[in-house]
Amino acid sequence: MSQLALELQEEFKKRFPFAEVYEHNKRRLYITIPKDKLMPVAEFLYKEKGLRLSIATGIDTRDGFEIIYHFSHDATGTYFNIKIFVSKEDPKVDSLTRIFQASNWIEREIYELLGIEFIGHPNLKPLLTSDDWPKDQYPLTRDYE
Amino acid sequence: MSKRIVPIGPYHPLQEEPEFFKLIVEGETVVDIEINIGYNHRGHEFLSPSLTYDQIPFLVERICGICSNSHPLAFVLAVEDMAHIKVPERALYIRTIVHELERIHSHLLWIGLAGHFIGYNTIWMWAWRYREPVLDLFEMITGNRNHYAMNKVGGVRRNIYHDQISHIEKVLDLVESKVSMLTKAVLDDPVLHARLKGIGILSKEAAISYGVVGPTARASGVAIDVRKDDPHCAYDKVEWDIVVEEAGDIFAKAKVRLLECFESIKIIRQCLKNLPDTPIEIRIEELPAGEGIGRTEAPRGEVFHYIRGNGSHHPVRHKVRAPSYMNLPSNEVTVKGHSIADAALCLAAIDPCYCCTERVAVFEDGKLKYTWNDLLLFSWKKTEQIRARLRK
Repeated sequence: MSQLALELQEEFKKRFPFAEVYEHNKRRLYITIPKDKLMPVAEFLYKEKGLRLSIATGIDTRDGFEIIYHFSHDATGTYFNIKIFVSKEDPKVDSLTRIFQASNWIEREIYELLGIEFIGHPNLKPLLTSDDWPKDQYPLTRDYE
Repeated sequence: MSKRIVPIGPYHPLQEEPEFFKLIVEGETVVDIEINIGYNHRGHEFLSPSLTYDQIPFLVERICGICSNSHPLAFVLAVEDMAHIKVPERALYIRTIVHELERIHSHLLWIGLAGHFIGYNTIWMWAWRYREPVLDLFEMITGNRNHYAMNKVGGVRRNIYHDQISHIEKVLDLVESKVSMLTKAVLDDPVLHARLKGIGILSKEAAISYGVVGPTARASGVAIDVRKDDPHCAYDKVEWDIVVEEAGDIFAKAKVRLLECFESIKIIRQCLKNLPDTPIEIRIEELPAGEGIGRTEAPRGEVFHYIRGNGSHHPVRHKVRAPSYMNLPSNEVTVKGHSIADAALCLAAIDPCYCCTERVAVFEDGKLKYTWNDLLLFSWKKTEQIRARLRK
């Protein structure tokens, strides 16, 4: 891992000691954080360190929803994958649209495919599915038939 | 002045997939835009977990008809990242060659259509004329002019043979001289300067906030390129430069794409010269559980694939992100304040694909007001006016 990426990783660990960091290889870090810490982490990565939100992946697992925010550190080619867990009983997360525009469509897509609500999103309506798609059916959930 | 709505789409001629732009105009000026997508949502992320790792490259290849090498490449990179697979050197070089050939044909396609939109059909003819030999190269190397099916987990499916190399080099010489002529013609033309400079500007700040990628970002002064930032294939073994422009307008975007063709030619020449003599694939016995990320620089920007496997033959989650997904929302910024004559060009400047049916119609009081051809004519008329003014 390049020096710059190492420094960034160290600073991240110091700033957010609760984060569990797993290094898959030198350019792919998977970092698990509690969901209420998403906002400060995203602000740190985007505003202070200039990382770019590449995309977010929503996954329906046995234990609940998982959202991975893939932040790209282009100077070192490193991906900081920030993982949060969202319970199925209360599928709500803070929207990142307050920080950057990039998350607008990304959150709309996760909302329509998994049913996770993003609090504070300016225009949370379906992006890809057709207008007559049933309201309470989310095609990427495990119980969808 | 009252506001009117000019709908472009849903079967939009400028986009890779049918899309719908609702232009809100005051007189001639676009004041707002609403973008709707999803008319061609084919559910790849839903389909993919039902297929095996060997079948998925053929599925994701069909996401895009123009840059059909980028998605399978990003996918196999993701699987190789998940399983820590080391691919033989020759395969890396062949992947690079095919990927760069694709960039040349895609950029030539864009520059041709951009020429067509502003009434420079000569550019269109020339660019497409010399895109053909590149497509013929694909047919020779891969067996197909499009949908090359070259990538597989652990290598590539077809070799490049010794007697093909001289032919590829010959075609590259031809394409280079013609693109060079085209570049000079475009960059020196005062009408094109007047028509494209200062139009559809995406500022650096907006580019960063919208997270745009590829030539759209590089034309706005954001120097990102996956090939440099996160070297894969053989990109760290050859000499080449990133093309960055600061202006952020359509002229800068055109310039970036034209100059990138030369970088691609440079990369291919070096790869052909140094093609290592190794096998082109390794046999993968089994794939472990885990997560992997693959990304590569498609002609339009970064393609991103995320894979999660559970040790079986199928992934449990496969996330795909194409570059236009990030670039499209930035049209909210670029198109505002411009006339309808410029709107078609602004929307096209991020280089969406053009393979869809051309069908645009503007209705007023229930009657057909103008069609896509009329929009084209508006654009051509503006170029003509500028040309006439400059002649004086």
